[in-house]
Amino acid sequence: MNSVIITNTLRFVVLLLLQVLLLNNINFLGYINPYLYVLFLILYPFNGNQTLFIFLSFLLGWGVDIFEDSGGINAAACLVAAYIRPAILRFSFGVSYDYQTIKFSSTQPGSRISYVFILVLVHHFVLFLLEFFNFAHFLLLLKKTFFSAIFTIILVFLTLALFNRRSR
Amino acid sequence: MQQIINFLIRNKNNILFLLLLTFSLFLTIQSHSYQKSKFISSANFLSGGIYSWTSNINSYFNLEQYNLRLLEENERLRTRLASYEDSLEVKSYRDTSSFDADYLFRASEVINNNYAKVDNYLTLKSGARDGIERDMGVVTSRGIVGIVENVSPNYSTVISILNSNSRINAQLKRSNHFGTLVWNGDDPNVVQLIDVPSIAPIAEGDTIITGGRSLIFPKGLPIGAVKNFSLDQSESYYNIDIQLFNDMTNIGYVYIIENTQQDEIRALQNLSKNE
Repeated sequence: MNSVIITNTLRFVVLLLLQVLLLNNINFLGYINPYLYVLFLILYPFNGNQTLFIFLSFLLGWGVDIFEDSGGINAAACLVAAYIRPAILRFSFGVSYDYQTIKFSSTQPGSRISYVFILVLVHHFVLFLLEFFNFAHFLLLLKKTFFSAIFTIILVFLTLALFNRRSR
Repeated sequence: MQQIINFLIRNKNNILFLLLLTFSLFLTIQSHSYQKSKFISSANFLSGGIYSWTSNINSYFNLEQYNLRLLEENERLRTRLASYEDSLEVKSYRDTSSFDADYLFRASEVINNNYAKVDNYLTLKSGARDGIERDMGVVTSRGIVGIVENVSPNYSTVISILNSNSRINAQLKRSNHFGTLVWNGDDPNVVQLIDVPSIAPIAEGDTIITGGRSLIFPKGLPIGAVKNFSLDQSESYYNIDIQLFNDMTNIGYVYIIENTQQDEIRALQNLSKNE
């Protein structure tokens, strides 16, 4: 249990710093940035304390917001994603989630992809909705959500592939 | 009582979620209202420290370009100085240069710069201890950058002109017709000048300068050149796209402008308003 706490704390700090110091400056094609810090939300133990999870997600998002001077948009996006994560888990992994014995690394590739995809899309949509703060640029909002989400998802799977060796 | 506690425990996730969501929405809404001090900004001790540490490393990569810019500016200032010395010999010399109030310039370093979002901010490595205050203008040698918003002892944040809340008075260099400088959130090197009356003569390539109607920027600072323009729906005002002289994606060093007459002017204006 202790190692779980240490891993998650480390992941929290490293992802936050990586996000604000490196990834926020990529601006691929002018406006596409990956939000890799969602990886914390993806990998948080499925059977972990949900209350603590909501709170930690909020802190992570707010940390990014403080660095970016963006008010509370990342915090709100993380919160929403964390809050509905159980529903996404149940949708993607089906019944096995209810037994709460599964681990992320030992799931089916198909359901794993759908889980990551939905979580990232939800997070990005809320994020950009709050960033634009009106529906006048709805098309631009969808475009930004979609392209950033693809970038994030690619990075998420690359990162997972990179750090997954020990679980095999 | 027991039931209330049970209810709270059962719904603790929902309650926590709603509480935190309200808080983050409050922060978001606050960040969308112009010129309101933020609850917490990147001008704090921790993030400011980390940003200045990384910008120490980053600045090395751009040294050559910054040197070129300094040379360019020196050249311009020297030319101006030379013509100024010449004009002293004319007996009835009247200062027609654009600086009509006393302005104090302070140099500072940009340690964080956004330009890809809809509301962008910069963080500078000087704060209240260096004499920086809220509402001071920020410029480079090539054009304007933004207005100081939050100040901490050692750092300050700046609302970039690439911010959907930014409203800056600007005018045509040729004709003194003025309008408001805004940004539509699209291209970081193109801003929009709106509310210019359709009577104004405009051509592509015309220079746009600051208008001097606010107390923040002196009149006559360069902003950009007209890229294209069109009339709005009522056909009485122009919407003008402006190509900035500044490269907003690579700023490096800036000047912060203090208007030393600001307090006096403001006090006078308030006096007139109250009567």
